[in-house]
Amino acid sequence: MKYVDEFRKPELITKAAEEIRRLADSPRHYRLMEVCGGHTHAIYRFGLKDVLPANIELIHGPGCPVCVLPMGRIDDGLSIAAQHGVIFAAFGDMMRVPGTQGSPLEHKARGMDVRIVYSPSDAIKLAKTNPDRHVIFFAIGFETTAPSTALTLLRAKAEGLRNFSVFCNHVTIIPAIRAILDSPDMRLDGFIGPGHVSTVIGCRPYEWIAKNERKPIVVSGFEPLDLLQSIVMILAQLQKGEAKVENQYKRVVPWEGNRAALKAMAEVFELRPYFEWRGLGFISQSALRIRPQYAEYDSEQRFNIPGIRVTDPKAAQCGEVLKGVLKPAQCKLFGRECTPENPVGALMVSSEGSCAAYYNYEHRKASVVTSLGLPA
Amino acid sequence: MCLAIPGKIIEIAPDNESSALIDVVGVRRRVDLSLLQDDRAVPGDWVLIHVGFAMSKISEADALDQMRTLAMLGESEAAIQEVQGYGLEEAGDKRTP
Repeated sequence: MKYVDEFRKPELITKAAEEIRRLADSPRHYRLMEVCGGHTHAIYRFGLKDVLPANIELIHGPGCPVCVLPMGRIDDGLSIAAQHGVIFAAFGDMMRVPGTQGSPLEHKARGMDVRIVYSPSDAIKLAKTNPDRHVIFFAIGFETTAPSTALTLLRAKAEGLRNFSVFCNHVTIIPAIRAILDSPDMRLDGFIGPGHVSTVIGCRPYEWIAKNERKPIVVSGFEPLDLLQSIVMILAQLQKGEAKVENQYKRVVPWEGNRAALKAMAEVFELRPYFEWRGLGFISQSALRIRPQYAEYDSEQRFNIPGIRVTDPKAAQCGEVLKGVLKPAQCKLFGRECTPENPVGALMVSSEGSCAAYYNYEHRKASVVTSLGLPA
Repeated sequence: MCLAIPGKIIEIAPDNESSALIDVVGVRRRVDLSLLQDDRAVPGDWVLIHVGFAMSKISEADALDQMRTLAMLGESEAAIQEVQGYGLEEAGDKRTP
């Protein structure tokens, strides 16, 4: 962990690292999953693995929305974007994600009207300034971004906009965690819970993980100290044989979540019976679609969606990496055919994808990481 | 998209209490405050922003820490770019000198 002195409260970081070593001082092997892609990025960036004892293994979870979207949905989106008079608005994160015939950015280069927006409300502005065109907002993300899409759609309706719709790809985090726990090849001891998703949903939705699955889950912030403290809290629970939901990120995450955000989501969205996730397959009730009363703002209702299903390139093992069965570098394409400059799979595109994080911080510059100087 | 951007509320629009001018390290843009209904924000407050919507109020110290975290993650440039991108037609006209 090279930059420890730059971090806030380095003495507390050292203390937390020592506490982890003390708590994990056993023959047991601990497998902890960080659910959120932002955490994955932080863990690699800060070199936290070098602070952890060898018997603590961090497994990267499914919490990178760009990464879990199957290629078929990108193709579906691009197929409606190709229709006459359409402006296709998407977040920058999506622009380099490969579809079968190339990424949205490559389609733009070939003449498709693809625009980057940084907020869904800007897609509304596009619709207003282009009244003779139809603007489709390619909505992706977990509960962190879904409320903003919901409010934007409500506003479009309130303003009587007729040339705006949402291609909804919002997913929900809880069913993905459930699918991972149900997976027979996955053994986990505890979870580092997502920070910003929990700002919206709060901590209650995780209670079944503690009660039914008997696994600790600690909602965590993104700083090195946050992540180490969360690991201390998980290990302390495991040592006492406890399993409960704890909130390490209290300074941002309220236990009950954000009521206004939940209300907007409930008004606009309903659960899909099932949705396909890259690497995890079909998961029931794991994604959101637009309620029938807002059908006129639903791209899937207004346009003919081909419903394309694409299997990932055979050689790419995104699925196994997403499930945590393989480490990024164990994929046959990693660092050769598949790099951040030239991504084959989505996990190499987003900075929150475990492959990009691993490539940028472990593979590219092993020299960045030096140890804290703690006893081995 | 998943990492929150900290910003300080400069003013609330006189004609729309859900719209605020915020400042993120010198870049000023409008963000939406509708999701802070339960915990109304006033000028001077710090908020965490996702895709143009303030999601939670935080302390100034936590805001500065979050900015540092973004910088350490190599994401502060992307964050500024995101904020600059808010509000298409306003782009370029609300910068602090």
